[in-house]
Amino acid sequence: MAGQQLEKVTLGKSITNGLRKAMEADPKVVLIGEDIGKLGGVFRITEGLQKDFGEDRVIDSPLAESGIVGTAVGMALRGYRPVCEIQFDGFVYPAFDQIVSQVAKMHARALGAVKIPMVIRIPFGGGIGSPEHHSESPEAYFAHTAGLRVVACSNPEDAHWMIQQAVACDDPVIFFEPKRRYHDRAEYDTAASSSPRGLFEANVIRQGTDVTLVGYGPVVKTMLESAAAAEAEGTSIEVIDLRSLSPLPIDTIVASVRKTGRLVVVHEASSFLGMASEISAQVTEQCFYELEAPVIRVGGANIPYPPSRMEEEFLPDLDRILDGVDRALAY
Amino acid sequence: MSDKVVAELQEPTPAVGDGGPDMIQLLTPEGQRVSHPDYDKYVADLTPEDLRSFYRDLVLIRRLDAEGYALQRQGELGLWPSLLGQEAAQVGSGRALRPHDFVFPTYREHGVGFVRGMDPQSSLQLFRGVSQGGWDPQENNFHLYTIVIGAQALHATGYAMGVRMDGNVGTGDPDRDTAVICYFGDGASSQGDVNEAFVYAASFDAPVVFFCQNNQWAISEPVEKQTRIPLFQRARGFGFPGVRVDGNDILATYAVTQHCLDEARNGNGPLLIEAYTYRMGAHTTADDPTKYRVSAEVEEWKFRDPILRLKTLLAHEGMADEAFFTQIDEEADQFAAELREGCVTMATMPGETMWDHVYAEDHPVMEAERAAYLAYKASFEEAN
Repeated sequence: MAGQQLEKVTLGKSITNGLRKAMEADPKVVLIGEDIGKLGGVFRITEGLQKDFGEDRVIDSPLAESGIVGTAVGMALRGYRPVCEIQFDGFVYPAFDQIVSQVAKMHARALGAVKIPMVIRIPFGGGIGSPEHHSESPEAYFAHTAGLRVVACSNPEDAHWMIQQAVACDDPVIFFEPKRRYHDRAEYDTAASSSPRGLFEANVIRQGTDVTLVGYGPVVKTMLESAAAAEAEGTSIEVIDLRSLSPLPIDTIVASVRKTGRLVVVHEASSFLGMASEISAQVTEQCFYELEAPVIRVGGANIPYPPSRMEEEFLPDLDRILDGVDRALAY
Repeated sequence: MSDKVVAELQEPTPAVGDGGPDMIQLLTPEGQRVSHPDYDKYVADLTPEDLRSFYRDLVLIRRLDAEGYALQRQGELGLWPSLLGQEAAQVGSGRALRPHDFVFPTYREHGVGFVRGMDPQSSLQLFRGVSQGGWDPQENNFHLYTIVIGAQALHATGYAMGVRMDGNVGTGDPDRDTAVICYFGDGASSQGDVNEAFVYAASFDAPVVFFCQNNQWAISEPVEKQTRIPLFQRARGFGFPGVRVDGNDILATYAVTQHCLDEARNGNGPLLIEAYTYRMGAHTTADDPTKYRVSAEVEEWKFRDPILRLKTLLAHEGMADEAFFTQIDEEADQFAAELREGCVTMATMPGETMWDHVYAEDHPVMEAERAAYLAYKASFEEAN
């Protein structure tokens, strides 16, 4: 294909490149967050952008998260498209009121007269050996809030496109980045002119017939490894990268469950009232007669995120996912 | 700490009482015009007609407030937050704005909205329960009411940062240079968002004027619960100027706000104005102030009434006669009648519109839920 440019890029750098393209495409796109200027953010996602776009478009904020999101609301009202960086998942809570009471509701309160086209980027999930508040999975709080859209990328090519689509979206988007996958590399066409799929679509990334596995963000890679291991034992697993948590692309899951009859939902967040609970409820409502087994949730324990020396015991790994598959197959 | 610093801290301007020597005043409670070297120039050009129109605004918004209170008591509004006593703070500051300036109100700025040209019905719809806001903020550059205390201070600051990024500060072109004004109260001064807004506004030289109406009470808590020092002095700690103005003096409020807006437009923002005033009524219609404050305090503040002192000036200086005051009262009666009529006939939107503006772009859950709701409603009609 003409102009094709296959490159091997990390997930982190894919977001950098996506942000760069979004800023080139629209001069109203501005970035705001802590340490995102000269340093390029603690994960270097905005590296080089302040140098190229200036301090007005890549704004080092004072150290106050409610301030990041609250001032971004004001910028959005002035016609800008702000992209906020929250440094770590556990630091988003000081901005919680601004996100759920201001960002999420402003469009509706104005009966559509104003838009809040804002992205809030949050590196999330564990597995990096950090102290507390650096490894959390707060996605369900935001998915529970009407007015927000919530997505999570899992691989470099998706990261490249999804961040651009999120910036272009006229609604506020909470953009979860799987921080332990920032350094994963994949080859894709970085010069492609459009995304292979919409921002709010799930992606069936492996076909199978016996069990459906659904997850998002950092566990997608683990799900694929689990499916490969299961295949060696004769179990055919279909794997779905959910990508969008709100709106929930339930049709893709339902279509798969109608085929396999079994569903295991995986995430790092605590399983109680997590995304898996909602998916379980909706699939049960829509596939009651097709289900061969209850929907199985494989999530984090219902405890505060543990000290990092114990996190391997908390996070869903290959064995725990396969244990979930076995439980589904036991019926 | 040095003895000097300790002495300073022990001898602050009084947080309560008559506002202290730092308070800017151009019109005494007795209606006497007093001179101020820095602020006289901002009222020098006001004509008798201007002052009469100030008076009209004050009377009409007090009437709007009285009707809001009555409509709540009659079951037509769910709640009403009264502005009684704060008319001069709101009209004085609101009239100092230019059309392209932008206002971020709390939920009590019915008077500011009125002088911005908002349909007076607008402030009723939230409290009648027909919408959660309901107007286009861009129509009069008057943002939606914000109920979460202080949250709008960050919105105002971000908006002002955008104004600066647009290059609309310090150009010298009065049609271009833009200021943002953010209203909040003494209670909000304790909120994290207000303090973060001060930090952000200072850090980015944002052209925003923080307008704190210190009405002495945050529901039941007196201002001493929020602060040891006068609120305007807080600004100094954040690195920008703060000034206390007599919030019941429309001339001083108008002058000081003009000055601060000019400073902001010229690139010398942010600034803080503490409008020293009093909440004469309850916090809202759900509140009972007799449980926590003494009536003697309210009686004392009646002598500082913002409308009476302007009326005294107008009458004493021969700028208005009895016929004028009667005419304004009649206009207020007419205004009230229209307001009441508009309120009780305000349409409630049909249920299916609840899903209309949750998202700006298409959303499958909104469409599915709306369709399910309509099918559910239709099922009753079929059954009949």
